[in-house]
Amino acid sequence: MSAGQPPIDSPEIRRLTPVLGPGYTFGSVTDKISSIVLTRPTSFGWYIGFALSFGFTALMTIAIGWLVIKGTGIWGINIPIGWGFAIVNFVWWIGIGHAGTLISAILFLLNQKWRTSINRFAEAMTLFAVACAGIFPLIHTGRPWMAFYMLPYPSTMGLWPQFRSPLIWDVFAVSTYATVSLLFWFVGLIPDLATLRDHATTKTKQILYGMLALGWRGSVRHWHRYQSTYLLLAGLATPLVLSVHTVVSFDFAVAIVPGWHTTIFPPYFVAGAIYSGFAMVLSIAIPLRKAYGLEDFITMRHLDNMAKVMLATGLIVAYGYFFEFFMSLYSGNKFDVFLVQQRLHGPYSHFYFALILCNILLPQSLWAYKLRHSVAFLFIMSLVVNTGMWLERFVIVVISLTRDFTPSAWGRYQPTFWDWATFSGTIGFFVMLLFLFVRVLPAISIAEMRELVAETSED
Amino acid sequence: MEHHRSHIYGVMAEFDTPEQLIHAVEKARAAGYRRMDAYTPFPVEGLAHAMGLKRNMVPFITLLGGLAGGLGGFYFQYWANVVSFPQNIGGRPFNSWPAFIPVTFELTVLGAALCAVFGMLALNRLPQPHHPVFNVKRFVHATSDRFYLCIEARDPNFHIAETARFLQGLHPHHVSEVVDD
Repeated sequence: MSAGQPPIDSPEIRRLTPVLGPGYTFGSVTDKISSIVLTRPTSFGWYIGFALSFGFTALMTIAIGWLVIKGTGIWGINIPIGWGFAIVNFVWWIGIGHAGTLISAILFLLNQKWRTSINRFAEAMTLFAVACAGIFPLIHTGRPWMAFYMLPYPSTMGLWPQFRSPLIWDVFAVSTYATVSLLFWFVGLIPDLATLRDHATTKTKQILYGMLALGWRGSVRHWHRYQSTYLLLAGLATPLVLSVHTVVSFDFAVAIVPGWHTTIFPPYFVAGAIYSGFAMVLSIAIPLRKAYGLEDFITMRHLDNMAKVMLATGLIVAYGYFFEFFMSLYSGNKFDVFLVQQRLHGPYSHFYFALILCNILLPQSLWAYKLRHSVAFLFIMSLVVNTGMWLERFVIVVISLTRDFTPSAWGRYQPTFWDWATFSGTIGFFVMLLFLFVRVLPAISIAEMRELVAETSED
Repeated sequence: MEHHRSHIYGVMAEFDTPEQLIHAVEKARAAGYRRMDAYTPFPVEGLAHAMGLKRNMVPFITLLGGLAGGLGGFYFQYWANVVSFPQNIGGRPFNSWPAFIPVTFELTVLGAALCAVFGMLALNRLPQPHHPVFNVKRFVHATSDRFYLCIEARDPNFHIAETARFLQGLHPHHVSEVVDD
């Protein structure tokens, strides 16, 4: 605890750290946010960032193309480690994809006003992260053109997917999550697309945004149904977001592999997902507010709150690690005890210690008010947590698979160039989509910011 | 005159603040106008109430979608495993219902969400690329910082000159005729 911290959440501190800078009107928030898309020239930095991320996207397509030609043998996976990078990255990306819907849905239901300026790009981030996540199980099948086997369709063989398998639950959970997140995002965008249509500077923009806006005209009857829909979607997305990572954790927990077969997995996977998701929102929000001068909209209050959510979910994750460890020892099951020894002293123990450092030890610095209010420090910490969460999935997947029941089935795992190319490629793809997004769509919800102006002017 | 009126959709007043708009709506309802609509750049609290809007159908449609998704999803898994292609998987019952719950849950949410969004769009008659209010040049501010009340010509009390005078009396920023083409 640092000295000089003002009392928590007093009216004083709310005045000092507002969710919206002073002096904004309905017109000025509209102009400021829509100008990023409509009138501001594309900066040189944008082209550099886009070119770099596009380069990595190209690398990803090459890696996937080579995979389709040669098969999964180009990766480091083997028997017994059939799950390598593909599943590590899948779980990592899908976890990152949880913050968007959490911010949009759960914070909406809890009536947290500070979500307003971050929900739009957090939702976009969710969609892009789910897109990256979806690539991995698909290409991990080795024959992605056969992926439709996982869907229930009336085949000539009369077969159906195995609905008792968590892998099929995953197909339904992830595709439902992607669909509902897209709907939620699009519904939120409709009024803003109408704003862009009405402020468009060229005929082409007017027509394109006009088509996407579906003819929205802000009628009170429309808003009335729109608000019901938005509330219902928030209510539906809340259990959905919790179910998705629960189902992902079932992929592990339902198996009998030591270190996977545990009931603590669903809650601790969900907490970890929120943890990494908020870290990614911070990693995006900090450069975004800097590049487009949005410090009045994404204020220190937002960054501080997100850091607090990270700290809280990080502690839940730490609790999960501790009890995973404790239960393995307490169970007396020799395979579980052995797995703990392998995590601490095995060939991959440095990954385990790096994970503890990144996910538990370093984030404790966020207790300090001063550090939570240092933008540069928060940015670094968000990257640390993202790394830590990736390491967590690596530890879970690789250590358990390399050391299961019989020594004759033990193995080692070494990712290849193509593993790294695919992984870094999806990061590039994700960043590229974000670059495109901030250029063509409002990164902050304009309609909700006007509502915030109306609400804050009443205070 | 008759011919002219058929081309008029209504008369529209433009206000600066949401409070003025709510006040205008209350006045218009008190004056007996019913066929009217208000246009705002964000959902204004209390405006739906002032307009006399009651509950809408979206929650009911969402419920139906959720029920259809959930019941249909469960029944499909039951049918596939018990009727269409029963298989003995590790001695488990054909109808191993606890294992069917995750997919049932996901399809419940999917059905409800799809019905909520497409139900809302259908009830709002969207997409609708053109509407007479867009003929008013100043209406571009409806998605930025102005608040509009349009009393429509199909209202029995509508009379172009009188309605325009009535709206002028509410101290709007601007009053314009809405032409229906």
